[in-house]
Amino acid sequence: MPIPTPLHSRTSTLCQTHEWRDWSGYLSAATYQPSHETEYFAVRNAAGLLDVSPLYKYEVSGPDAARLVNRVVTRDLAKCQVGQVMYSPWCDQDGKVIDDGTVARLAADHFRLTAADPSLRWLQDVGYGMQAEVRDVTTQLAALALQGPNSLAILRRLFPDPRLSTLRYYHLLQTEFNGQPLTVTRTGYTGDLGFELWIANDYAPALWDALMAAGYGYGLIPVGLAALDMLRVEGGLLLIEVDYTSSLHARIPQQKSSPFEIGLGWAVSLDKHDFIGRQALLKEKKGGSPRAFVGLEIDWLDLERLYGAANLPPMVAGRASRIPVPLYASGKHVGQATSMVFSPLLKRYVALATLRADCAQPGTELEIEVTVEYVRRRAAARVARLPFLDLPRKKAVSRG
Amino acid sequence: MADRYDAIVIGGGHNGLVNAAYLARAGLRVLLLEQRHILGGATVSEEIYPGFKFSVFSYVVSLLRPEIIRDLQLSRHGLTILPLESTLTPLPNGDHIYRGPDPHETFRNISRFSTRDAEAYREYGHAMYQMAKAVKYILGIRPPDPTSFHPREWLALLKLGRHFLGLGEENLYTLVKLMTMSSADFLEEWFETDPLIATLSASGIIGTFLGPRSPGSAYVLLHHYMGEIDGVFRAWGFQKGGTGGVAEAIASSARELGVELRTNARVAKLLSRNGRATGVVLENGDELHATTVISSLDPKLTFLKLADPSDLPDDLVNAVRNFDTYGSSGKVNLALDAAPDLACLPGDGAHLRGAISISPSVDYIETAYDDAKYGKFSRRPYIDAIIPSMIDPDMAPPGKHVMSCFVQYAPYKLAEGDWESQREAFGDAVVDSLSQYIPNLKKIILHRQVLSPWDMEQQIGLTGGNIFQGELSLSQLFFLRPAPGYAQYRTPIRGYYQCGSATHPGGGITGAPGRLAALEILKDLRK
Repeated sequence: MPIPTPLHSRTSTLCQTHEWRDWSGYLSAATYQPSHETEYFAVRNAAGLLDVSPLYKYEVSGPDAARLVNRVVTRDLAKCQVGQVMYSPWCDQDGKVIDDGTVARLAADHFRLTAADPSLRWLQDVGYGMQAEVRDVTTQLAALALQGPNSLAILRRLFPDPRLSTLRYYHLLQTEFNGQPLTVTRTGYTGDLGFELWIANDYAPALWDALMAAGYGYGLIPVGLAALDMLRVEGGLLLIEVDYTSSLHARIPQQKSSPFEIGLGWAVSLDKHDFIGRQALLKEKKGGSPRAFVGLEIDWLDLERLYGAANLPPMVAGRASRIPVPLYASGKHVGQATSMVFSPLLKRYVALATLRADCAQPGTELEIEVTVEYVRRRAAARVARLPFLDLPRKKAVSRG
Repeated sequence: MADRYDAIVIGGGHNGLVNAAYLARAGLRVLLLEQRHILGGATVSEEIYPGFKFSVFSYVVSLLRPEIIRDLQLSRHGLTILPLESTLTPLPNGDHIYRGPDPHETFRNISRFSTRDAEAYREYGHAMYQMAKAVKYILGIRPPDPTSFHPREWLALLKLGRHFLGLGEENLYTLVKLMTMSSADFLEEWFETDPLIATLSASGIIGTFLGPRSPGSAYVLLHHYMGEIDGVFRAWGFQKGGTGGVAEAIASSARELGVELRTNARVAKLLSRNGRATGVVLENGDELHATTVISSLDPKLTFLKLADPSDLPDDLVNAVRNFDTYGSSGKVNLALDAAPDLACLPGDGAHLRGAISISPSVDYIETAYDDAKYGKFSRRPYIDAIIPSMIDPDMAPPGKHVMSCFVQYAPYKLAEGDWESQREAFGDAVVDSLSQYIPNLKKIILHRQVLSPWDMEQQIGLTGGNIFQGELSLSQLFFLRPAPGYAQYRTPIRGYYQCGSATHPGGGITGAPGRLAALEILKDLRK
């Protein structure tokens, strides 16, 4: 039975639909309002506030903290300045991805990691013999995501801190709220301008209230997981256990993936000092990866044709679908689409997909399985570049 | 004129019943003989106290082979296994560890002791799943004879070797560890919370004369995980009406397939002529004839009592004499006037519908084992208790309950006195131990049934009272079960077969020995 998050007193009164999901054992609103699209558009048009407290959070500190974290993640932390945040996967010894998350460098010898799965044991074991302490702060630290074009303006109303305006993408600043330490990171899972706020549980409800009040007149509304799922697909952001399987949970070796196979090759620094999985990844880099992670656009006209034959208009799910669907090239199975959504903004039917490497070039023509009136058909689809939606404001820095 | 059958099955336990049903299904005319007034052997439900049904001996089901359920259409014959979804370990300080069907809830519960352990628990389940998947193959095959030069055996060994090599390096290492380590040592590689290790390690000692620190107990751990891979995770269940319901379902299917089931029919001797089985003679002197006779009893009865040892090769007789059937566990069944109230979690709750494990520390269980090593029952025993009436209300009158307590250790032979004089003292030790965690227990007991290994031998004929018909140690498994060279259900007497839990793959309500034996018999008969 899922339990309330530190923000439940707020989210539960706002959740009109009573539609909750179990996110890592916590009650998480799937929607707050009858239309999840209202929430989706709030993020793309104004601002949305999400309770992301169920994320697993770890703090690594001590003289060897940087060495420990650098041994875990595939990115090179030597390049991570204090005040910077890096997104990275981490792998097992065979170079297969265990999880992905962010690493925030709070101080030279102090890091905060987020993870989708419990990771304390892994981090502690990797750091065996090192002078570094790994602490699980999951149940102590709440997290709020303020996302959308108005997010900065709202935050500035609440925090007159001049550093906010110049805070760069994937950077953080430490400030205070009600006298309590608060970390603001310019990160998010929406592919939009946005921030994530990290604060001790007890102070989170007041922060939520303050943000909602500051957002009045700026179109701020609470946003649930249904809208988030659409936003992240548009942003080309993958989801563990949906778009790939953690190597810790794979039942057969074929279910595991390397970072190269889930589109995170850019986050692998093979030239940095040894890290877990490096040898295997070096080998894979040389020999090539059998699979690739791509964007996919389903041909709308072809979809209309298939449904038209059954006297129906195209029926696409309003929400993002997480049901894997087979993909074909020249009649042969070559992969699967794992997350799929009709983008209300782009008016394109798009998907995140894993494909055989030789079919993964942008523009490659494929077929996707579509079930029309209980009959399995195949619609034309094309490999597309990720992200589907690349908003300049996501990374833009205002000039004060 | 004596009756003639194609096959006579001796013993109406679940393996005998499964064997008879499969033979009848292949068209044989089959007679099954059971010494007691009731079928089931150790798989039996009885109303020991008016209105209260006890699963007298075995009490949970997880390993019953799904192919048997399908082949014999057992659901149609009443098989209904209700889920047993949680395990509660109450602790002396009033705390507890609860593991239930919601993985996140279990995670939080273990996290109260150690977040590392909560994380490891998931990975441990995953690793054991992989192991069980690897070993499951063995459960489904007739053990090949590694000393034989017959091409059939070579082929089987080759297939087996290929299977193991296909497991991958890591799984192979884990398997070797499981085969050689003690369950406590094995678990300490994963966990640091002592009561959690203790409770998990208990699966490695159930029914065996081993302590959690005895090498070899880790394999038994795996044996108990096997049921989890065929169906849903955590597939331990409770048969509606008690475990007797399992035997009744198989018996009903067997009857429909044409098996003649005869109770109150104790077999005195195997009849044979010129090294060939010809039938059996009952204790009342009746002779029954068949060209195939199958014993589902333990090997000591099968070879030393029913057959004439002088008709058998010395190596077999010696191996059977040395076959370890020394019982180590007892059973206490309670009829209760009200629901037990736990000190750690007072009142009603999901925890009452699962197992309650009295295993507060590894030392606690190991100390319990120490008592047994020197011929005493454990003064503070390990107890695996369930309250069947919480799952199936028909087990007791409304508002009242039955409680089934599996207890370890209770050595078959006591150093001082005998079980007839010590039985109630043993029962007192069990109730006292439970009362520490269930304060209202003594006040609500209406009736108590105490069973020692000796009682099991007396009542259902298990030599030594071993619940698996023979220790589940590595030295008595696979091609060594029950004796080297005789692990393929055949005996030196042509037409005489064995199909009990003392044959591969061993004990528990699996039905697998009964089925595999039937398949071998049918092969010999070219059916």
